[in-house]
Amino acid sequence: MEGPFIEPQPPHALVDRLGERFPGAVLEVAEFRGELTVVVPKEKIVEIALFLRDDPWTAFDMLTVVTGIHFLQRDHDFEVLYHLYSLSKNHRLRLKIYLREGETVDSVTSVWPGANWPEREAYDLVGVRFHGHPDLRRIIMPEDYTDHPLRRDFDVEGGPSEVRPGGRRASPGFRDMESV
Amino acid sequence: MAPPPSMFPAPPDTEDALHGDTMVVNMGPSHPSTHGVLRLVLTLDGETIKAVQPHVGYLHRGMEKIAEGMTYNQFVPYTDRLDYLAPLSNNVAYILAVEKLLAITVPPRGQVIRVMCCEMARISAHLLWLGTGALDLGAATVFFHTFRERETLYNLIESLTGGRLTTSYTRVGGLSRDLPEGWTAQLGDFTGSFPKVLDELDSLLSRNRIWMNRTQGVGRISARDAIAMSMTGPSLRACGVAHDLRKTEPYSGYEAYEFDVPIGREGDAYDRYLVRLEEMRQSVRILDQALRRLPDGPVSVQDPKITLPQKERVLTSMEELIEQFMLVTEGIKGPLGEVYHAIEAPKGELGFYIRSEGDKSPYRLHIRSPSFINLQAIEKMAVGGLLSDLIAVIASLDPVMGEVDR
Repeated sequence: MEGPFIEPQPPHALVDRLGERFPGAVLEVAEFRGELTVVVPKEKIVEIALFLRDDPWTAFDMLTVVTGIHFLQRDHDFEVLYHLYSLSKNHRLRLKIYLREGETVDSVTSVWPGANWPEREAYDLVGVRFHGHPDLRRIIMPEDYTDHPLRRDFDVEGGPSEVRPGGRRASPGFRDMESV
Repeated sequence: MAPPPSMFPAPPDTEDALHGDTMVVNMGPSHPSTHGVLRLVLTLDGETIKAVQPHVGYLHRGMEKIAEGMTYNQFVPYTDRLDYLAPLSNNVAYILAVEKLLAITVPPRGQVIRVMCCEMARISAHLLWLGTGALDLGAATVFFHTFRERETLYNLIESLTGGRLTTSYTRVGGLSRDLPEGWTAQLGDFTGSFPKVLDELDSLLSRNRIWMNRTQGVGRISARDAIAMSMTGPSLRACGVAHDLRKTEPYSGYEAYEFDVPIGREGDAYDRYLVRLEEMRQSVRILDQALRRLPDGPVSVQDPKITLPQKERVLTSMEELIEQFMLVTEGIKGPLGEVYHAIEAPKGELGFYIRSEGDKSPYRLHIRSPSFINLQAIEKMAVGGLLSDLIAVIASLDPVMGEVDR
């Protein structure tokens, strides 16, 4: 392999600062390729987001994007990731929360208005529900769609490709056709 | 943020017969100025916009889902179809995220060619934006000038990658091929002649009274709001925020190039125009430097576990044949982990989040597309303005629906 892969130094001080302000709120810290991921309790996400935005040391003024991930056969069904960036400090942090099916997480749109569409996307495609979101509608899929296509158990070949009234499947998928 | 209005608002109090009588107008999804399939439901009071409700998703192809069933290299052609006006830039953005996951550094020649790709993509994307944006506002001449130059660039891209639109040029660990013979001289000709064309375009529009009236003070957004709405790219820089990932988090050796980051002051459509115009000049500067420093050597890492062996060797040697077979059938297995890598694409921060569970394909791939995030701000920019100004707002935001809907 050509040359060393230079890994930047992750901003560990951020985690210490977060731990000082919210004792016990830093559940896990992971570091990979110079990126820092902090798992926090989902109940405290808005408080922590506000602190990270307004604290002059952390100064995370921009929410880059919100990612939802669905898991099968784990202790948690969903992970929601908040990719944060600070324009003034030029550092990044990834906040992570765990969710179970049926649980909701508070929306961070009150902290970063830019979370509006990313949260709608995570709801639409993954099925994460954000409590207190001003406008939690589907954004990519049609409004009458019933499934969440980025879930791991979504049937790519037989999922509802077209939805008729009542959410009935319009056409059988490829797999169903084989048995016909 | 106030909840958006319903599709069919209740009739308002009619105290003033001229005002308060709103009308809902549907614009798009196939409207010439929406540049693709953007649908806006507008609530109008006369010609004044009271509310905008964007509807996206008409071009959704499920790319993130498709990626979950592919090897890392197989997904490269899909990235062409994100921002289809700058496919080379998307190729580089995606592959850099994969290489960050795999901890691969590409040889210097490969890096310099990637920088050239990014800057060519930026110029061609900005040229298309300028041509069609001016056409939307009635300045048809600009369109012909920009498309002539864009044609030169597309010919260069075609001889480099084999495709004009579907470039699929990058591979994990490098590029699909080296530069063709005589290509650098052709690019040199382009960078030599292009600044003159930019001056022409500048003189056509920058002090043009009609252009200024149509764009100055239109779609204005403050730096504070733009940051809160997570805007990036030229639209953010037009508000006076000098944020450019090529400077703040350099990749592919951008730290070694000399260029300026143009910023605006007002955050209106005119400043977004000026910023993009200047960015093209800076891109030419970067291209010239890249041409001067282009080193010899391989464009890809020489590792049989990552890149394909030479075709001649595959046909004559058993070992290389096995290596090729294994790489094509098995793919490259990523380590356990998650990475996010972003580049400064023509529209803003184009980031790829990859979650790897140790498989040959990503467990989850999430595309942070600048057009999608920037488009959120359209409400803030358009409400209170005139309907005809909305055209200028859309044009100056420069959304590409392939990237919005993914």
